[in-house]
Amino acid sequence: MISGRCAACKYLRRRCPSDCIFSSYFPSSNPQRFACVHRIHGACNVAKMLQQLPAAHLRAEAANSLYYEAQCRTQDPVYGCVGIISSLHQQIHSVESQLAKTKAEIAVLESLALEPAQIQENGVEASFYNFSPEQDKAAGHFNHSTNISYHFM
Amino acid sequence: MASSSSYNSPCAACKFLRRKCMPGCIFAPYFPPEEPQKFANVHKIFGASNVTKLLNELPPHQREDAVNSLAYEAEARVRDPVYGCVGAISFLQRQVQRLQKELDAANSDLIHYACSEIPTALPAPPGPSSIQSMAPRQRPIDHYNRRMGNEEGYYEAPGVPYNLPWNDNPSGDNNAGGGASNM
Repeated sequence: MISGRCAACKYLRRRCPSDCIFSSYFPSSNPQRFACVHRIHGACNVAKMLQQLPAAHLRAEAANSLYYEAQCRTQDPVYGCVGIISSLHQQIHSVESQLAKTKAEIAVLESLALEPAQIQENGVEASFYNFSPEQDKAAGHFNHSTNISYHFM
Repeated sequence: MASSSSYNSPCAACKFLRRKCMPGCIFAPYFPPEEPQKFANVHKIFGASNVTKLLNELPPHQREDAVNSLAYEAEARVRDPVYGCVGAISFLQRQVQRLQKELDAANSDLIHYACSEIPTALPAPPGPSSIQSMAPRQRPIDHYNRRMGNEEGYYEAPGVPYNLPWNDNPSGDNNAGGGASNM
């Protein structure tokens, strides 16, 4: 059981009731947390936002996120959290561009790695097509294409 | 910049607050009467007096951007009362981390291909082993890290003032709403 007033009630200079909506999320050990949230959102708005949530763990999450947003807004009064969102979007775009470029380079290298094998195959085929007709005659009744297939085997 | 004809029609803020919209009303340029929901959201999350204080602390040329970002945050909070736009930040940070890992893997593949090309690219040295006789050279990873603009090869979100508690959770959840399961 928390003895004494919570940070919110101390800040607001009022008695801290037993069912104080703030006490679980704004402990007296961290007065700056409530001061920051109060400066940006106001006590009434914070109380309403917490009260509309049905469960304690959701209120805890909400208090944390409100504090984070208030800190961002204090640091950047013009853009607050939105500045961070914008920055992250830019970062994602940049990394995606890098990734696309790297994948393209990999594709080029993969195709280069395949080429020597293809040249080798083409070279073997060329030697068959250069097969001498005289040799073909000497072989007798076999035609050129048959000799080619024969050599393939 | 949106502006209302405050002489004839009160701005959305003064309509909401049921007061006379005076000339020079600080809200009038940014909360036109055609967008009542914008001020309603901002009032619900921040309150009129806090917004007034905030705008008064800013030079006039920055007020429109401030109002728009407040409206954005307020709308995000109305849609997601637990996380607001922090849910979006969490989601985007995970996306950056995922893409970074993918980029690191792709760079590793690229290095692998580049290294596998090296022995065939160099002329055969007279020594017994072509690999052993290779002169020490710069690691390709250094070259690629410089190309990425980060010697350590890892992007950190610039301008993020604090680590989100949600980032400590190694969950791969990509829920844009940033639900409670993130914790």
